[in-house]
Amino acid sequence: MDDNTHQRFRLPMRARVATTVGGAAATVSRLAGKGDGSVIGGIIGLRLAPDLLSLLAAGRQVVLVTGTNGKTTTTKLITAALAPLGGEIASNIYGANMEAGLTSALSRAPDARVAVLETDEKYIPAMVKATRPKVVVLLNLSRDQMDRAAEIWLLARRWREALGHAPDCRVVANADDPLVAWAASSAQQVTWVAAGQRWREDSWCCPHCGAHLQRDGDDWSCRECGHRRPPVSWTLDEDEVIDPSGQATKLDLALPGRANRSNAVVALAVAEAFGVQLTPALRELRKVTSVAGRYTQVNRRGCDIRLLLAKNPAGWLEALDVMAPAPTPILLSVNAQGPDGRDTSWLWDVDFRRLRGRHVLVGGERKLDLAVRLEADGVAFKLVNGIDEAIDAALTVAPNLEVLANYTAFQQYRVALGRVQ
Amino acid sequence: MTTNPFSPAENSPNGPGQEKRGSQIRLVWVYPDLLSTYGDRGNLLVLERRAKLRGVPVEIVEVNSDQPVPRDGDIYLMGGGEDLPQILATRRLLADGGLQAAAGHGAVVFAVCAGYQMLGTEFGGADDAPVQGLGLLDIRSGRGERRAVGEIVADVDPSLNVGQLTGFENHQGVTRLGPGARPLARTTLGIGNGDGTEGAYAGRVLGTYLHGPALVRNPSLADLLLSWAAGPLRPVRPEAEELVSRLREERLAAVTTAS
Repeated sequence: MDDNTHQRFRLPMRARVATTVGGAAATVSRLAGKGDGSVIGGIIGLRLAPDLLSLLAAGRQVVLVTGTNGKTTTTKLITAALAPLGGEIASNIYGANMEAGLTSALSRAPDARVAVLETDEKYIPAMVKATRPKVVVLLNLSRDQMDRAAEIWLLARRWREALGHAPDCRVVANADDPLVAWAASSAQQVTWVAAGQRWREDSWCCPHCGAHLQRDGDDWSCRECGHRRPPVSWTLDEDEVIDPSGQATKLDLALPGRANRSNAVVALAVAEAFGVQLTPALRELRKVTSVAGRYTQVNRRGCDIRLLLAKNPAGWLEALDVMAPAPTPILLSVNAQGPDGRDTSWLWDVDFRRLRGRHVLVGGERKLDLAVRLEADGVAFKLVNGIDEAIDAALTVAPNLEVLANYTAFQQYRVALGRVQ
Repeated sequence: MTTNPFSPAENSPNGPGQEKRGSQIRLVWVYPDLLSTYGDRGNLLVLERRAKLRGVPVEIVEVNSDQPVPRDGDIYLMGGGEDLPQILATRRLLADGGLQAAAGHGAVVFAVCAGYQMLGTEFGGADDAPVQGLGLLDIRSGRGERRAVGEIVADVDPSLNVGQLTGFENHQGVTRLGPGARPLARTTLGIGNGDGTEGAYAGRVLGTYLHGPALVRNPSLADLLLSWAAGPLRPVRPEAEELVSRLREERLAAVTTAS
């Protein structure tokens, strides 16, 4: 007997009307070319039935995935790792990660018994309450779009309070991020993952008492209050995952970079909570080659272009790590529209000195902010307008181009290149 | 991270703030582990670059909150921070005394956002409960009704010869100036102190609500701080100013069009 089909039939009439009307609106939105429709459907549904998300989540096994960076990719990786369970998995793969996006993802997959939902950091307390998740994944916390996002110590405190009131929920958390570890330590059940922490500028001080943290490699501890890195059960070690039995296995992912290996280890830890073994889960993880256009390779006029998306200093640091070596030219592009954050100050938190001597192109609506930043770091560059001008410039040097852009700049290039997946 | 040992002022042959301490400028970044939320490093990099463009060597000292603050720096920088780090940093600076000693000897202090509030006699901490500040500026800050987020433009006190400020503000503070401090600028766009003024200064201690890399778009303000520390500066080659001039023009034009 399929519980979810049963549960759907028990939905009150107003919830059924809400999901139907919301779904119709989403279809209209898609047909009108206004996006993938994942937000508008949820908004309309919620207006008709404000408790729609709770109704839709009831009886399902929900995973909420949050953190400053890697939410979308990790959501996709977890969905892949849970494929061996069989059956449909509901997910908001297009990154609509607030209440309407989660609602829409669930209403579009009424028969899915499992849902893996990327969740905006600020919405975690409300979404934990509404969906009563089986697992909450906490990836990392670092400075991000300060003009619209909450301050991160405050966010960590809110997570901590919410998880302290969710005794049935298992938290899968990165033990290497002191702020995340502090937030997760209020939970009753935690799977600690040594997922690494490349960006440390937001965790020099103890989140519990504020004293300067002692750090030694990945280990950290507070001399004042005793808050320290918890013992871990999953570890990322270079290109290998070490599972709770101590067995090391090569990851061999198609996705590039340390950040994605770390996301994959988190996905394996979530799979374990669902009873999926490492081998079949890892087999699925290796099949993931791109995530909503990120990491996609596309050829245009004889130029192989790879698109990388990063939205904040920690993300740019990780992305610069995976850049192909010289002579491959690099296009950096920054916008400051609403979704990007209207404040470009964060560029001053990124160390660009490693790009000295590289062929660097600078684009985007805020290219001058980026240009002044690169000038201060002694990095030579050329200003370009649009992807085609960048390709022209790249082709004079090499047959390929690495593109690193923040959110709307990335979407503009993606559209210009034909909505690549 | 550069963290250098320091020689206390009483042992130093050249007291801080005396303009002839060799040709080098010592830049001290106070507590980047607590007070660095969003691009605050930019102020350090801009001061370093503009000093070097004049051939003035720069020594950078980053002082974490578990280290003593050197008393013989020339320019001290303080960044922004959340409520708790702001309170912790203030408590430690009061106990340390190094920054106050340096300011007392005439060193330059430049502080943004949370750092600006800390310079005052009092600021509003968590739940707006008053917290004792460093007392380096005659200002008092509290929490306003709404958060001020967005571009800010302000005309600097003409006696400072700095011109127009352009920047981004992101704070919920309201600041009132006492008789011992002068407003740094008058706002033409944005909130600043909340009464039409923006920032404050007294002697060589200067603070502003422009957050993060406030000096990036305001090279003449950076030069004012450098000249306070090093005396008159020669002009910068025009080609070294071109990009930042274009950026300034673009931002000022963007907010004029928008408003």
